[in-house]
Amino acid sequence: MRLLTHNMLASNVRGVTSGYPLKLEATNWCTKEVDLNADFIRGLLPKIDWRALVAATRALNLPELLPEEQPSEEEIFAEGAANVEGSAIRRIHHALLEIHVQQGALICPESGRSFPIEKGIPNMMLHEDEV
Amino acid sequence: MPRPEIQAPPDVFYNEAEARKYTTSSRIIEIQARISERALELLALPNDGVPKLLLDIGCGSGLSGETLSEHGHQWIGYDISQSMLDVALERETEGDLLLADMGQGLGLRPGVIDGAISISAVQWLCNADKSSHDPRLRLKAFFGSLYRCLARGARAVLQFYADNVKQSEMIVTYAMRAGFAGGVVIDWPHSSKAKKSYLVLTCGAPSVHTSLPKGKGEDGEMCSDDDDGDSSGEDGDRTVGIYERNRPNKKQKTKKNGKGKQWLLKKKEQMRRKGHDVPTDTKYTGRKRKTYF
Repeated sequence: MRLLTHNMLASNVRGVTSGYPLKLEATNWCTKEVDLNADFIRGLLPKIDWRALVAATRALNLPELLPEEQPSEEEIFAEGAANVEGSAIRRIHHALLEIHVQQGALICPESGRSFPIEKGIPNMMLHEDEV
Repeated sequence: MPRPEIQAPPDVFYNEAEARKYTTSSRIIEIQARISERALELLALPNDGVPKLLLDIGCGSGLSGETLSEHGHQWIGYDISQSMLDVALERETEGDLLLADMGQGLGLRPGVIDGAISISAVQWLCNADKSSHDPRLRLKAFFGSLYRCLARGARAVLQFYADNVKQSEMIVTYAMRAGFAGGVVIDWPHSSKAKKSYLVLTCGAPSVHTSLPKGKGEDGEMCSDDDDGDSSGEDGDRTVGIYERNRPNKKQKTKKNGKGKQWLLKKKEQMRRKGHDVPTDTKYTGRKRKTYF
């Protein structure tokens, strides 16, 4: 599971009103390189919950990767920023698309229900009494 | 073989042996690829080369997702079968996979997804595989959550095999109740094997862009051989694909008063010309007998 998906997922348990963001607990994760597409990031960024994304990177022990405050659009999409190592857009791209959580759990902030992640696949199945 | 939906629940039916078919059978792979290609076409994403974030509901082994990846899109796949997802892992699909039951709702934040496709999955919702399952509630939960997570104006294309008209109506009704605009597009409606139904839904208020696209082969155009779902069988036994029970009844055209005096006289004349012994025409010819005879 990439952090992009984690950013979109919310808990679905009955009685939970928002269930977002799911707390990430990762015991094992890896990175896979993906080509950067600035247009995709541009379209995606307004939909990203920045605080949840930062919290997720912190949970993976990567406090340096993203700043607390979202960088301005001009800074992210500055001319040629995509080619500069360590630029804002590269970091965002890396955080969203290149980090794969392999093992761990997602925890619902309201009900405390834990959704296990195994082999990179979160198990979001609910029990009968949670539907 | 009966349809998979009546054999077992999806998480049981798609076991390891069944999932294996989705990597080894070139026929299944080809059909899946063709359907997903068509679904993507019906999704009508803007042609600006910008990748989108899409959903693949019932992604299975990721065959349909592969088509999305080929077009450069990022996707999140949902499936209920662990075995199928294991195969997807083996194939190293590019999208993210989730083990989830779509009848429980998708569990996504509102308005974040640019489009959704689903290949041969929605009909599973019509089954009640557990005592706690109510198809109506599950359809409602699925379409409701799908509507919420899609961005305004986004589309969803769901290919499905309905068992009967009622089932198809039920699916469409619940989609409309969730707020979607759209309807069913049927490709190759005259063929029993190649016939495919796509539920094309648009999120948000209906506009010019929500008009339904036309299905393939609607105006009598026949599908070519390689569009047929089944590649087995010799050319000789290829028949026109109409289900026997769907074929319109051939009724004899008889009017209330029989075929009429004109017709009878014509026939008698014909028989005379052939040299048969035919009674002469009188005022009684072609008259109805009295009922008490």
